[in-house]
Amino acid sequence: MTESVALIFDSVLKMLVGLGMTLQLLIISSGLGLILAVILLLMRISGKWYLNLPAQIYIYIFRGTPILVQIFIIYYGLPQFEFIRDSIFWPILREGYGCAIVALFLNSGAYTSEILRGGVLAVDQGLLEAASALGMSKPQRFLYILTPIATRISLPAYSNEFISMLKSTSLASTITVADMTGIGRTIVAQTFAPYEIFLSLAIIYMILTFFIQRSFGWIENRLSRYTKKLGIS
Amino acid sequence: MNETKPFIQMQNVEKYYGQFQALKAINLEVNRGEKIVICGPSGSGKSTLIRCINRLEEHDGGKIIIDGTELTDQIKDINAVRREVGMVFQSFNLFPHMTILKNLMLAQGLVRKTPKAEARKVAMQYLERVKIPEQADKYPVQLSGGQQQRVAIARALCMKPKVMLFDEPTSALDPEMINEVLDVMTDLAKEGMTMICVTHEMGFARSVADRVIFMDQGEIVETATPKDFFENPDSDRLKLFMKQILTH
Repeated sequence: MTESVALIFDSVLKMLVGLGMTLQLLIISSGLGLILAVILLLMRISGKWYLNLPAQIYIYIFRGTPILVQIFIIYYGLPQFEFIRDSIFWPILREGYGCAIVALFLNSGAYTSEILRGGVLAVDQGLLEAASALGMSKPQRFLYILTPIATRISLPAYSNEFISMLKSTSLASTITVADMTGIGRTIVAQTFAPYEIFLSLAIIYMILTFFIQRSFGWIENRLSRYTKKLGIS
Repeated sequence: MNETKPFIQMQNVEKYYGQFQALKAINLEVNRGEKIVICGPSGSGKSTLIRCINRLEEHDGGKIIIDGTELTDQIKDINAVRREVGMVFQSFNLFPHMTILKNLMLAQGLVRKTPKAEARKVAMQYLERVKIPEQADKYPVQLSGGQQQRVAIARALCMKPKVMLFDEPTSALDPEMINEVLDVMTDLAKEGMTMICVTHEMGFARSVADRVIFMDQGEIVETATPKDFFENPDSDRLKLFMKQILTH
């Protein structure tokens, strides 16, 4: 028993070394994903079929395939093409880390853009009409009315996506990335103690999720102040 | 621009929603300072008509000329027309994420390019006029319906419009709040604002309107002074309508 405790303690310390990598994967790919999501969203709501259609196809492809398969395609598949090996993207795609970021952000962009679109569609059209009637231009309406309100509406669903991304980062361990899961798998291979190690790993992810939930809860509260009749602080 | 011509001219205006014709050959001229009340059964095209005036709806036929500018597909700057035309909606449509003061200041800054300090002064001045300056720092959701609608009127007035459109401004209000909104509108009328109001408040129509227009099935059926409108309605459709709204 004490042996197990010592093993768990020891391996948790080792796996926490990968925390930085896990958070890097999460934050970089979510950040890039958000930018991509906004671009896809603008294409979707542009009202122009030649922008809407490619965005729709893109979203369909990335939502319709498992993220692990996407990671494998990018990591194992792309290097087979010479023009990719010759391209400026090769330094990124040569390594598991770069491939993982690319796969995760392309995926997150597809999901997030649909979340944002839901938020945009839920904004009361009357508000945009009121802004039009005041003489506000389309970009002004987008920036000052649509964006803040749609952001608030999208936030609960986005926090879900963000947490889901945290867990998807563990897939990077399949292509040599030494994130927390990657380190955990290495330890398991050395110690043959999968039960202790993976259970500890699960608990670390749960603790991270707890903090992410709380942070989003706090942001939600701040952005929703104006929806409550009383208690404006 | 042109002081002698009617401020708003609508000539043979038509509007379709798919197969359904919402406006049929509408002819209407509104002079500066005139107060028009439009009434009629629901679905008669009243709202569509005034929404065509600031091009929230695009008309499909005929001409609409606002202060010398014709509204067409090629119009370069519809916002230049819109900032001269204030509008108040049935559902208030205050921006929920901004305080009352910000609601009044936003378009002044963005559209009129009014400096912040000046915009704030103008906003407070109009909040005083609608008698709720003490609500300036609250959010719309914290106000009653009547207060919200008065803010919406103030917000439109902050743009110093030349004409005000009211689209059933009291229809979403509880009965005890209707008067506070009508009072503000009556004051505005006395000050000489050009107004077009879609409303079923017949007391307001009688005391404020220069002309009352009755619409049914997308047509202007009758136009008359309030006196004739209420005492000698011409058409059978208007007589029926009056009977229906005055029964209870």
